[in-house]
Order: sequence, then C-alpha cells, then structure tokens
Amino acid sequence: MNGVLGRRLVGLVARHAFLVIVSLAALYPLWFIVSTALKSNADYQLDPTGFPSHPTLSSLRAMIGDQPLPRWMWNSFLVTVSSVAISTLIALLAAYAAVFGRFRGYKVFLSTSVALMVVPPVTLLVPMFIFMIDRGWVNHLQSVVIFYSGLLVPFAVFFLANFFRTVPQELIEAASVEGAGPFTVLRRVVMPLSGAAAFTLVVVQAIWVWNELLIALVFLQDENARTLNAGLAQFQGRYSTNQPLVLAGALVSIAPVVLLYLSGQRFFVRGLTAGIGK
Amino acid sequence: MPHEGTRRRRRRRRALWPYLYALPAVGAMGFAFGYPLVQVVRDSFYAGSFDSPIWVGLDNYRGVIDDPEFRQSLQNNLKLLIAVPVMLGLGLAIALVLNDRIRGMRQYQAIVFLPYVLPATAIGIAFSYLLQQNGVLNTALRDAHLGALGQDWLGNSHLAIVSVGGLVVWQQLGFGVVVFTAALLSLPPETAEAARIDGAGWWSLQFRVLVPQILPIIELLTVIQVITVLSWVFNYVYVLTSGGPGYASSVMELYIWRSFSNGANGTAASVAVMLLGMASVLIGLSLWVRRRAEAL
Repeated sequence: MNGVLGRRLVGLVARHAFLVIVSLAALYPLWFIVSTALKSNADYQLDPTGFPSHPTLSSLRAMIGDQPLPRWMWNSFLVTVSSVAISTLIALLAAYAAVFGRFRGYKVFLSTSVALMVVPPVTLLVPMFIFMIDRGWVNHLQSVVIFYSGLLVPFAVFFLANFFRTVPQELIEAASVEGAGPFTVLRRVVMPLSGAAAFTLVVVQAIWVWNELLIALVFLQDENARTLNAGLAQFQGRYSTNQPLVLAGALVSIAPVVLLYLSGQRFFVRGLTAGIGK
Repeated sequence: MPHEGTRRRRRRRRALWPYLYALPAVGAMGFAFGYPLVQVVRDSFYAGSFDSPIWVGLDNYRGVIDDPEFRQSLQNNLKLLIAVPVMLGLGLAIALVLNDRIRGMRQYQAIVFLPYVLPATAIGIAFSYLLQQNGVLNTALRDAHLGALGQDWLGNSHLAIVSVGGLVVWQQLGFGVVVFTAALLSLPPETAEAARIDGAGWWSLQFRVLVPQILPIIELLTVIQVITVLSWVFNYVYVLTSGGPGYASSVMELYIWRSFSNGANGTAASVAVMLLGMASVLIGLSLWVRRRAEAL
C-alpha cells in the first residue's frame, strides 16, 4: 500500500516539476523584458541577468515622453480600432445573412472564408503595395486600415457564423413572424445574444492588428506614420547599445496585450483557438 | 400572424436582403484576396518597375530557382518544419499531464498560452539580446562553468535558423496545449474509465485510448502549423536575425520582402506565386482534415 502511495506521490511531483519548468521557460523572456526595462544601461551592461536592485523608470520615461514613440502608439491605436470596427461590422452582416438568410451559395461563401483564413499575407503584398502607390496612400494610415480590414473579414465571418449556428432558429422565426425586418431581428434578437462572442472576436482581431509587422513595415515607411511594432523593429538597430531603452519600448508594446489577457484570458483562449475544430 | 398561404409563398421566394448583407464582405474579400491573388500571378511574368512593366515570361521563375539566396531561403523553411513535431509533441505531453485533473491546471494553461498572444517583434528583440554572442544565455553558461556550451546563436550561419526555430516553438507551444487540452476534455469519460477498469496503466491509457481519439485534431493542427512555418515566420526572422549572417537564415517571406525592397517586383511576385502554390496544397489538405476533425 505504501509503495502505491509513494509511486503516486512521485508521479504527482514529477508532473508539477515538469509543468513548473515549462511555465518558467514561458515566463522568463517576459521577466527579462520587464527587469531590463527597469535597469539603467550601466547596470544592464554590468549584470544583464540580475535582479534590478536599483530600479529606475528613466528608460520608460524617455520612451513614453519623447517622440516618436507616443506618435507610434497613437497610430497603432487608430489602426487597430478602425480595422477591427470595419471588419467586425462587415462580417456581422455577412455571417448573419449566411446563417439566417441562407442566400444561394452561402456554403461556398463560408468555406471560402475558411480557406482564406490561412492565405499568407506576404503573397498579397506586392499587388496591394502597387495599388496603394497608385492612389498615393502609402505612408497614410488608411492604406493599412483598408488592407487589414479585408484580411480580417474571413476569420470574422467564420467565427460569427459558427456562433450564430448556436442561436435557436425559433427565436429568429418568432421575431420575423411578428413582422420584424431582418435588420431589426439582427439588432434586437441576435446582437444582444452575441455579447461574449463579439467581445472575443474583437479581442482576437485587435491582437492580430496590434502585433502585425510585415504590412506595416512596407506600407508605412515614413517615421511619423509607423505603427508601434514597425517602429520598434527599427529602434532595435538604431539603439543597439542601449538594451534597456529598446526593451522599455518593447514593454510598452506588450503591456496593453498582457493587461487585456489578464482581464479576459478565457476570451483569448476561446477566440484564438476558434480556427480549430468547431 | 400572417396567413399560412402567404407564409409559404414568402418562403418560396428568395429574399433579397441576404445578398445585400453579404455584399460588403464579398467585396472586402475580393479586394484584399481576390484582386491581389490574380494580380500577383500576372506580376510574376513581368520585370521592371511597376509603372513600365516588361513581359519576360518565365524568366523571373528561372532567375529565382538559380538564385542561391532563394534556395537557401526555401531550405530554411523546410528546416523549420522540424519545429512542428517538436511543438506539437511537447504540447501534447503538456496537455496530457494537465488532463490528469492536476491542481492549478487553469493557471498552468494560462501561463503556457501567454507567449502566443504577445507581439513577435518585442519578443524577438528580447530573444536577440538573450542569444547574442555576449548575450544573456552565453554569459549564464560561462557563469555556470559551462562556457564550452556557449555558441554564437545568431551569428553562426548554421545555428541562426535553429534559433529562429526555437523562438517559433517558444511562442507557438501554448496554442497546441490549449487546443489539445480542450479536445481531451471534450472526450466522453466512459472509455477512459473502462480502460482503467481493464487495468490499463498511465502510458497505455494515454497512447492507446486518449491520443487515438483526438487524432483528427492532431492532424489538423499539424497542417496548420506546417502552413505557419512555411509562410508566417517573417516577424521572427526579421527581428531575430534579419536573415543573417548574410542570407544564412533567410526564409521565403524574407526573400520576397528583400526583392521587393530592391525594386524587383517581378521576382518577389514569382516567389509569392510559388509560396501560394505550396500553401494552396496545404490549405486544401486542411479543409479536408478539418471536416474529419469537426466530425469528432
């Protein structure tokens, strides 16, 4: 009996040890960013891995206080909010029409969305860039907003259509029978039920836009037009001898994501893994 | 309440509104995907600047295939495929351990998933400081008197792509964990219970009973992660090594970006078309595998 208990205890300890090691590996780079951002450059050069024994906010203050970082943050914010708003609205109408309107070809429409979700954006880059040049939109935020919105639509349609399938058809029919038009049904019946799903979708899309690098790098080459991530990627080369300063910038770009994650982790998990399975 | 007859008639006539509601989405997808997908194929047959393109037939493709930089890039994408079994295997192991109703399961899962949501740029910068010649990892190894294990992780032309692969695994691992955990939790408990009563040990329970049941999900995730390492790794490479040293750790996406930055639009387009060809095969495969996974 003692042997069984002992084996069980060993198994339990081994499992937790394994999970703790994995967790530490997942968290260490994050700790490295935070601790380095709080060190002076001199402290970092002396002891890069140590605990920040004389924490200073000077790097963070330099980053947030001086241009161009605040400008980049504002750009990222504007781009994220507008792209997500546009794609969500477009997808909301389309997914509603596909699930409850069942227009001719709605099945093809939905499976096209699923296929487009995984088309690598890099393959679309050259023609889109030429398109933006022709219209003089390069270095203007609308270039990335328009492209991002379009890129997000397939996932948003897929996600919302999957959610709408779980809404009981009787509710819709009951409202229609009472004479409500399709838009009223969407607004009065479907949308009040979709709060959590819509929030999840918004979070996932916002993370995608906030984190996007390639398109931002190509479409917004002007220093003042950059998004936070594209700007940071340039910073890395420019301040290669001041790691605390660059990582203070990195911390600023990570902070909103982490705060959002801590406040609604289950929404993230559900949304980001929605592309798999049901 | 409308009369039975009118209701039936209304149902027979196809309503117009669904088409109107779907129109903006069709337009957006046509603009962001349809137009560039057609155009990129066309562009791949032209050379020169985009305001005065010259028809060159298949020359762009020939040039690319003969270019050692492209071959290296393609090879690196293929090398990164090794990251797929690593992250899925490790992810599955973690999910199976979590599935034992272990205490703190939610917390572990939240921590392991966190890297997946972070911007690759910030993370890539941090990893570049960790992995530099005089970076944190080598310093730590020296301090532990393991200096012999120290390597120029980013500057060595063989190791640079390995470091990129490590970063990909680090960031993508949690995705597999969460997907597998959800799949395991959705399994009916009866089969596992029956196996336990039959005296199955832990290992045979995992690999004879549980894993076979989530096989369709494993297949789908494999296809999706293969697509990821072939065509969604630009951020990692750009920030961690910029494709260097030289072009030793370049990938197809970076090659497209570089050609394009040098004004060689036709070259960039022809590589984009090749990448698209590979991706299409995999996307087709993913649709097929997805159907089986959804039946689970």
